[in-house]
Amino acid sequence: MKHEITLKINGESITKEVDSRLLLVHFIRENLSLTGTHIGCDTSNCGACTILLDGKSIKACTYLAVRADGSEITTIEGIAEDGTNHPIQKAFHDQHALHCGFCTPGIIMRSIDFLEHNPNPTEEEIRWGISGNLCRCTGYNNIVKAIKQAANEMKNETV
Amino acid sequence: MIPSNFNYHKANTLKDAFALSSSLGEEAKYMSGGHSLLPMMKLRFATPTDIIDISKIEGLSYIREEDNLLKIGALTTQVEMERSSLIEEKYPIFKDASKLIADPAVRNCGTIGGNIAHGDAANDQPSLMIALRANFVVEGPNGKRNISVDDFFHGFYMTSLDPSEILVEIQIPQYVDGSGSAYHKVERKVGDYATSGAAVYLELDGSEYCKQIGIGLTNVSATPMRLSRAEDLLKGKVISNELIQEAGKIASEDCEPSSDLRGSEAYKRSVTNTLTKDMINAALGRAK
Repeated sequence: MKHEITLKINGESITKEVDSRLLLVHFIRENLSLTGTHIGCDTSNCGACTILLDGKSIKACTYLAVRADGSEITTIEGIAEDGTNHPIQKAFHDQHALHCGFCTPGIIMRSIDFLEHNPNPTEEEIRWGISGNLCRCTGYNNIVKAIKQAANEMKNETV
Repeated sequence: MIPSNFNYHKANTLKDAFALSSSLGEEAKYMSGGHSLLPMMKLRFATPTDIIDISKIEGLSYIREEDNLLKIGALTTQVEMERSSLIEEKYPIFKDASKLIADPAVRNCGTIGGNIAHGDAANDQPSLMIALRANFVVEGPNGKRNISVDDFFHGFYMTSLDPSEILVEIQIPQYVDGSGSAYHKVERKVGDYATSGAAVYLELDGSEYCKQIGIGLTNVSATPMRLSRAEDLLKGKVISNELIQEAGKIASEDCEPSSDLRGSEAYKRSVTNTLTKDMINAALGRAK
């Protein structure tokens, strides 16, 4: 069964035809060629496919594309404004918070949602906050430091 | 993994959903958050012909106290439960559970109603429902009816919901002074199903006699389990250390776990024993 869906992705409005069973992550990667959103475990465990759907971080491997009709999606490609890194991207760079980089887009998207609801997190809260995102290089220490740095910088920006 | 072919339908109202269900027949499935059903469809454990998306139906997402009950709309997400100040203040057992259900991004999608209606003894909310003696309001083409939690879970993924019915509201007795509740599960890692879990709710009178108690266990039997023998033991008594030890022993004897990747049967009985004792103590601590 085909459906016409209209949604906003990284600020741009698009209309496409999708099959009932098309997963959102495949739609983003294959139909829209936005390959920054990764597929890791494909079973909603690893978080490599995390995106923002109407501001909420979700795992795009476990969401039907057709259900995103009418929504607003942000992927890793959509967070650097005018070519300037998002504060979380910058912090990941500063803290060397990536090794192979496969989990990075998902963790950054998750962190945006997390910091919005907890702008001043403790280390433990950060670790719980990204507990659904796996880094198989196990580079968690620098990831946690980066999120802490980003939290501080984003707080200063809004003051 | 891509699920096998099915037809997707979106319901904007409950009436829409019932009309779709009536015309599509019993092989159609309702989907709310989809984080239990869609993984099963990807693995071909479930192959519904049609999916009726009920997640956009308005008016089924709320947490409020009314008529001496805590009423929770079935489409309330786990994250909404986690962030509710009412829950935090008076119903800490949900806060305990929210933190341990799947992971934060999954909780943005997963709903409390879906967690229950899925009928999986490995899900966390069912044992809370048992401890809290929940009533479920379900609605179908022929109107509304109430189902007590003790009549709801029938077997592996089987509930007393008719295929055309939707769980619309969860009702729990409203908070009273002297009550306490707690939940914990042992999991190998975030997002895993419980090795075992225990939910305890109790009410004490002024002299610390236990007026009411509910104990539910997660993932140690085919259906979410009520630990009746331990409830009978503790009800009407002052809960002493000896009684808690005895309740833990009953938990290890009465649960029905099977050996799997999460541990041997004996290990799970031992974990259930410890969790039951710990949660009785935690609930007592909160009640006093």
